[in-house]
Amino acid sequence: MSAKKIESFEHARTKRDSPPEHCLHRIPRSREVRQSWLSSVFTTLHSMWFSFPLVYHLKPDLVLCNGPGTCVPICVSALLLGILGIKKVIIVYVESICRVETLSLSGKILFHLSDYFIVQWPALKEKYPKSVYLGRIV
Amino acid sequence: MKSAFVTVGTTSFDELVACVVANDSLQILKSLGYNRLVLQIGRGTVVPESFSSDSFTLDVYRYKDSLKEDLQQADLVISHAGAGSCLESLEKGKPLVVVVNEKLMNNHQFELAKQLHKEGHLFYCTCSTLPGLLQSMDLSTLKCYPPGQPEKFSAFLDKVVGLQK
Repeated sequence: MSAKKIESFEHARTKRDSPPEHCLHRIPRSREVRQSWLSSVFTTLHSMWFSFPLVYHLKPDLVLCNGPGTCVPICVSALLLGILGIKKVIIVYVESICRVETLSLSGKILFHLSDYFIVQWPALKEKYPKSVYLGRIV
Repeated sequence: MKSAFVTVGTTSFDELVACVVANDSLQILKSLGYNRLVLQIGRGTVVPESFSSDSFTLDVYRYKDSLKEDLQQADLVISHAGAGSCLESLEKGKPLVVVVNEKLMNNHQFELAKQLHKEGHLFYCTCSTLPGLLQSMDLSTLKCYPPGQPEKFSAFLDKVVGLQK
């Protein structure tokens, strides 16, 4: 469903007759809604198996994500690229607007891994002073 | 034609669907002047049958590419607490009742509904308290939802990647 929305959005903003400036890649989800924690470890590792080669191949300048957990393997892969001296990737994580007073699990993980951690409610900025607060994005 | 639109987003919320088509809820909606109920049920397993009578119409579907039209035509939106559904409804200026799914882990959706309710933009409840809320709520007390400011975010991002000083 998201893929269709992306395609129609990009189609609307690309100038006529010019080639598309975007590409879509898919990775397995790290965790399904209500999935157990223990099995999530395995599914996340499974997702890493796909995420790292993808990030290695793309060598992005920026990873922009907002959770859910599916973004964690991508961000870890981006970090690894930096650690291995291959490329410094800027990681920007935007916490979901649903998170008013507490961080999501992805947020708690990415808070320590990201270069910029953006929150959308003042209560979170108070709890996490190192985060970036720019008001509500939506 | 006064219509209510129920949306559960991309997942499922069988309890809400069942609650809304239960006799007492339908009676309350009718007594409030609604003669059309549109149900977007996602991948739920409770699938009420659409019907149309002289006094009342029930439309049921799983997904549409865009809920824009159904939201536009609705006089009341009853939604699960998903951010997308809530914000889309509020951005269209629709009176919104959010039903929180107590079965979801940590119930993080509740935080957003609570905050937006605190700011006066919506009412919230659970499935069991929905009929009571429908009966007692005063939609005229709801406040308009001011739009977000994505331009601040894009300016920030431009600086981060060096496209702007």
